[in-house]
Amino acid sequence: MNPTNIFAPVSTPADSIFGLSLFVLGVTAAIFAVVFSLLVYSVVKFRKRNDDDGREPPQLYGSNQIELAWTVIPVLIVVALFVATARVIASIQRAVPSRNAIEVIAIGHQFWWEYRYPGLNVVTANELHVPLSDPDHPTPTLIKLLSADTDHSFWVPRLAGKTDLIPNHPNSTWIDPHETGLYLGQCAQYCGTQHAKMLLRVYVQSRDEFDRWIQEQGQPAVLNDAVSQGRRIFETTACINCHTVAGTVANGRFGPDLTHLMSRDTLAAGAVANTPENLRLWIGNPEAIKPGSLMPSMGLNEQDLEAVTAYLETLR
Amino acid sequence: MSTDSAVWPSTGLASRPLVDTLHEWITTVDHKRLGILYMAYALLFLVVGGIEAAIMRVQLLRPHNDFVSPQVFNRLFTMHGTTMIFFVLMPLAFGFANYLVPLMTGARDMAFPRLNAFSFWLTAFGGLLLYFSLIGANGLYGAGNAPDVGWFAYAPLTSKTFSVGHSTDFWTLALLVSGFGSIGTAINLITTILCMRCPGMTLGKMPLLAWLNLVMSGMVILAVSPLTAAQLMLLVDRYLGGHFFDTQAGGSAVIWMHFFWIFGHPEVYVLVLPAFAFASEIIPVFSRKAIFGYPVMVAATICIGFVAMSVWAHHMFTVGLSSNANTFFVLSTMAIAVPTGIKIFNWLATMWGGKIEFKTPMLFCIGFLFQFLIAGLTGIMLGAAPFDWQLGSSYFVVAHFHYVIVGGILFTTFGAFYYWFPKMSGKMYSEALGRLHFWLFLIGFHLTFDFMHIPGMLGMPRRIYTYEPDRGWDIWNLVVSIGVVFQTLGIGFFLTNLIWSYFRGRVAGSDPWDAWTLEWSTTSPPPAYNFASIPRVKSRRPLWDLKHPDDPDWKYE
Repeated sequence: MNPTNIFAPVSTPADSIFGLSLFVLGVTAAIFAVVFSLLVYSVVKFRKRNDDDGREPPQLYGSNQIELAWTVIPVLIVVALFVATARVIASIQRAVPSRNAIEVIAIGHQFWWEYRYPGLNVVTANELHVPLSDPDHPTPTLIKLLSADTDHSFWVPRLAGKTDLIPNHPNSTWIDPHETGLYLGQCAQYCGTQHAKMLLRVYVQSRDEFDRWIQEQGQPAVLNDAVSQGRRIFETTACINCHTVAGTVANGRFGPDLTHLMSRDTLAAGAVANTPENLRLWIGNPEAIKPGSLMPSMGLNEQDLEAVTAYLETLR
Repeated sequence: MSTDSAVWPSTGLASRPLVDTLHEWITTVDHKRLGILYMAYALLFLVVGGIEAAIMRVQLLRPHNDFVSPQVFNRLFTMHGTTMIFFVLMPLAFGFANYLVPLMTGARDMAFPRLNAFSFWLTAFGGLLLYFSLIGANGLYGAGNAPDVGWFAYAPLTSKTFSVGHSTDFWTLALLVSGFGSIGTAINLITTILCMRCPGMTLGKMPLLAWLNLVMSGMVILAVSPLTAAQLMLLVDRYLGGHFFDTQAGGSAVIWMHFFWIFGHPEVYVLVLPAFAFASEIIPVFSRKAIFGYPVMVAATICIGFVAMSVWAHHMFTVGLSSNANTFFVLSTMAIAVPTGIKIFNWLATMWGGKIEFKTPMLFCIGFLFQFLIAGLTGIMLGAAPFDWQLGSSYFVVAHFHYVIVGGILFTTFGAFYYWFPKMSGKMYSEALGRLHFWLFLIGFHLTFDFMHIPGMLGMPRRIYTYEPDRGWDIWNLVVSIGVVFQTLGIGFFLTNLIWSYFRGRVAGSDPWDAWTLEWSTTSPPPAYNFASIPRVKSRRPLWDLKHPDDPDWKYE
């Protein structure tokens, strides 16, 4: 099963689009069948034969009836397609937000995703968690889309069509997935060098699991004395200018929030799995994983790199 | 047969110093020579743009490939798109228009020959300026810094903040300069067509090629102006403290999109109308029938010209316009399918009841009919805005527009090259090489662009230098990349055919196709003055009237 197939919807916006797409594909397939047959027929039937007498065929300059017919019929087809499309636009763009909706603010950055749950006091990055929505008692997720720098686009095909994140032009989208699981996507508007690795991961969880996740994410950072050396290096280097670790002096907003880094499956917006080796490599030499990303190499020596990695490994 | 009107340096090179010939070509104001200069320029950049595409396809052969870095890849797709649109397709359109419009309307030259030359050299210089960025731009990445903002250069990626150095400025200035060239040629074409037709050739009797170029030229003037304005505003933002598109200072990224696409959408119709013109001239001749429904073809063309100005925001369906705005643009986009579809039916009806000869020009036009049909249908899919919310900015769109541009426009343009090569050079091309070109290119085109739709439907966005292996895109990307090999071979045979046939082809004569429009009444190649005496016409097919005095067209039109 392809994880980003637009024809495998699990959420209402993607469902509505899927329904429309079947209608549009049906109409266009029918048009293709008719016109293609006429093309093949004319190429075969009216080809010049070997025993041709060399005379020109009868010259036909036009036919008002035929031309009227093949104007009127396309107009009717256009009207049908338009009406079907207009209805789906309205159903998605003018959907009335449910009072049970979870609100998320997604802020696009070069080349990562910031997620804030304003009502729930959670700030995280790159891996979005949303609750399952029961079609009978919907609990959709409303996502406000902002950008900190250039244009981006939020596209998780199985959940919804894409909507762009444009600086100074707030947008919004909504999803109501009715099947738990992990849904993949990626940024769909060219935003610079590492546009290709600004991946999306949306975890649809049961209400209980989601609530538990929210609760965990709302906690300040784990304080572990065993990694105090690493923490000291982290807090006295430029790391804290870009990153936040809740409950410490680190409160930078340029890069992802690292308070619960170890609760994530991936690093660098999905570029690599979240393993100790990858984390070490990312901190030591980001260019090796995501050349052109805005995470600089901090130039740490081996010892400091080990210590900082160990510290971050405790941030569950 | 006089040779001082020779299309190329004549094979009797010993007779003239090369520098004299070069001087003649550089200072020419003859529409035929300027036409050929445009075409040669376009073919050169076709090869360059093709190499750029080939490199990208090698990089995308498999996931996580490292054939080129992301920085290089991003420059490649920017340069590929900009090159193909502005320095291949536009010059081809203007080149053929330049060559053919005066000949087909019985005129001696274009209305403003010196403006004509100036326009060509502006366009040519624009292309050179774009490529000078490879060595001239100074930025974070060091020497060799072509623009990397995509061919539509969305704000605020193009602001000084996110595009340091001068690579973006080369893009901006190249388009600014060549835009003036385009406007100059458009003015020239409109004036020539409206004022310089030969006696008897009313607007209702001129070839469809002239009509299509007339409407195209009107659209150029309407469309290039907003692009020029946008480029100037971008320069003001980057250098004079402006904030039109500077979102961090309250400017609007969306307004850049509006300006760009008000240019960008009519632009693609500017590119396709000449393709329709070629089809409208070639299909009748090789079906041995007059074009079916000339008046409606004209009406449909004018209709397209107007409606095309009203559809631009279908490139912006995902940007967050209101549902009313989105709905309006769905309506206008679907509406334009009607006159465009009608044209396909008229071409089919022209073939219907005819006696079709499958010479190379006709092979390419039949390919065009099939492929333009499909391209139009995928366009309808994209025009249904919610469907576009999935398919937009994905490889489905890339497949769609390449289907139009390569499968539609390039195919008919190849047909036009073969059809008018005998007129321009005086020699026949090799039919065998022509067929080889057709079949190889057809196979390559379909391998690449048919299968390219699939990754789009499976969630693959465009403009990515690599992709993840867990998405199911691998096999499709591999097939897409393989198609490049066949296309390259096809183009190789095409260029070989042109060059070989120029020197070794058999003499073509003035009318090798037994055709009906005025260019076939003069010699191949035509003399500098085109016609020994001013033609006088009574119908849309003056040569048909001469060849069939008992059954002339003017009895039936």
